[in-house]
Amino acid sequence: MGMTIAEKIIAAAAGVETVKPGDIHTVELDRLMSNDGTTHLTIDMYHKLKNPRIADVNKLVWIMDHNVPCDSVKTAASHKKMRDFAREHKITFYEGAGVCHQVMLEKHVTSGELIFGADSHTCAYGAVGAFGTGVGCTDYLYAMVTGHSWLLVPETLRFNLKGKLGDGVYARDLILSIIGQIGANGANYMAMEFGGEGLKTLNMSDRIAVCNLCVEAGAKTALMEVDEITLAYLKEHGREPKHVFQSDPDASYARVYEIDLSAIRPIVAKPHFVDSVVDAKECVGTHIDEAFLGSCNNGRIEDLRVGAELIKGRKVHPLVRFLVVPASAEVYRQALAEGIIDTFMEAGAIVMNPNCSVCWGSCQGVIGEGEVLISTGTRNFKGRAGHKDSFVYLASAATVTASAIKGEIATAADIAG
Amino acid sequence: MDKFTGKVWVLGDDIDTDIIIPTEYLALKTVQDMAPYAFSPLRPELAGQIRDGDMIVAGKNFGCGSSREQAPEIIKALGVRCVIAKSFARIFFRNAINNGLLLIENDKLRDAVSEGDEITVVLNHFIEHQGAQYPITPLPQNLVEILNAGGLVQAMKKRNNSKGI
Repeated sequence: MGMTIAEKIIAAAAGVETVKPGDIHTVELDRLMSNDGTTHLTIDMYHKLKNPRIADVNKLVWIMDHNVPCDSVKTAASHKKMRDFAREHKITFYEGAGVCHQVMLEKHVTSGELIFGADSHTCAYGAVGAFGTGVGCTDYLYAMVTGHSWLLVPETLRFNLKGKLGDGVYARDLILSIIGQIGANGANYMAMEFGGEGLKTLNMSDRIAVCNLCVEAGAKTALMEVDEITLAYLKEHGREPKHVFQSDPDASYARVYEIDLSAIRPIVAKPHFVDSVVDAKECVGTHIDEAFLGSCNNGRIEDLRVGAELIKGRKVHPLVRFLVVPASAEVYRQALAEGIIDTFMEAGAIVMNPNCSVCWGSCQGVIGEGEVLISTGTRNFKGRAGHKDSFVYLASAATVTASAIKGEIATAADIAG
Repeated sequence: MDKFTGKVWVLGDDIDTDIIIPTEYLALKTVQDMAPYAFSPLRPELAGQIRDGDMIVAGKNFGCGSSREQAPEIIKALGVRCVIAKSFARIFFRNAINNGLLLIENDKLRDAVSEGDEITVVLNHFIEHQGAQYPITPLPQNLVEILNAGGLVQAMKKRNNSKGI
């Protein structure tokens, strides 16, 4: 019986010939990412061990991104703990470099790797063909101390992509459509594997956006076939693949979906669930107070270009705050070089340093009671972006920017002309 | 045979980690400090009503969302004996086991119980409610070891004792 990409990566990491869904294997991990969301808790547990040690410090990457720069005295204490520990143990450490997953993809991850990240959106690494999965700080600690962990081999859902996304339709619309179709737990415990001819029409930024959001369908990991686009991205960032695994023709899938990219329409996910998706048209005219363009999902240069093109020569609506947050320092500098930051500021947007921002409802930009946010962030759970009685709509960079201009939910087509 | 009886609190589908503990309270120093705010976006009074030994019965996809481990820790800190749901989101599932919080998957019980009912759990066998029995699928052995030790760190200490972790 053939294997899927996820099964091949687990087999390699477990040092066995074959694996099948339902097996539990002890796996060697290639990389361990942790951010300021929970690293202080990992450190506290580490110090309670009788004889604490780090199996291989070269595997660890720690990234400050959730509350950067620090926003409170309480957070300053946990930040200091993380910073001091990283320095003492010579752990690769970033602060100000950007949102953890974007930084990992720019600087560290390569295809065929198995990576634990103490953050649910670690599944983003599937964009380069790496098995990334989110874990809590206890799992992280165990892997940090031993270098390995256990994994249940997931079943795989296969998505065959064909065709091409239409004008004004983006990867965000594609993945929201898929989540709407399979539901918020449609891929629970499973891997989501993407391939087919249509994949070639998606650039790396699109692929990251799709894989990143798969956890919102419950997925353990997301994996895309590695092709020349992936290899060019890795080369450009100075990395070689570890393994290039493709799924076997006789691999076994829990379900196979055929997705016609040309049929995808602009989508909005309504409060308070990511799978509450509707055609964006149905939300047009909804009042908003704030718009957010950023996050590990849609804060890349490609997203900022989409927003800048729409807003050039226009203004942010006077009753709306429009937050623009590049996903990394690399993205920020590129946007500066292209004049994109100037375009946003000229239009009246608030441009901030790379961080998780309002996507995680702490730090900057939180919304108050009864307020409405339209966001390229990852989640729209109740209270996610601030007050428990506030509302978050999720949409593409184009829809978010168009809404910021119009002062109510609008698609790019609604502000054309 | 391990067996316990308690009162149930009933919740719906897709109880996410931002409902279990909103981001704004994560900066508090300890899980004990955070516990009063558990489930506050949905039911602000609930954390104060839960008593030691109570159980939570919920719908599908319990614990979806973030990897924040404070979510299961807080449920445990409230004294909840176990959570029984139609299904659990996977990161929450691992985090709960790793913190010694018992989870039971059962897709029928949720629609049969009312809040305040008493149920009896006979570990690895069944749940009993008003005379009806709902079977429990036993957990894999490695997870039972972690649960019995009280969590992954405790299990690791036990297992690697000879190596002195």
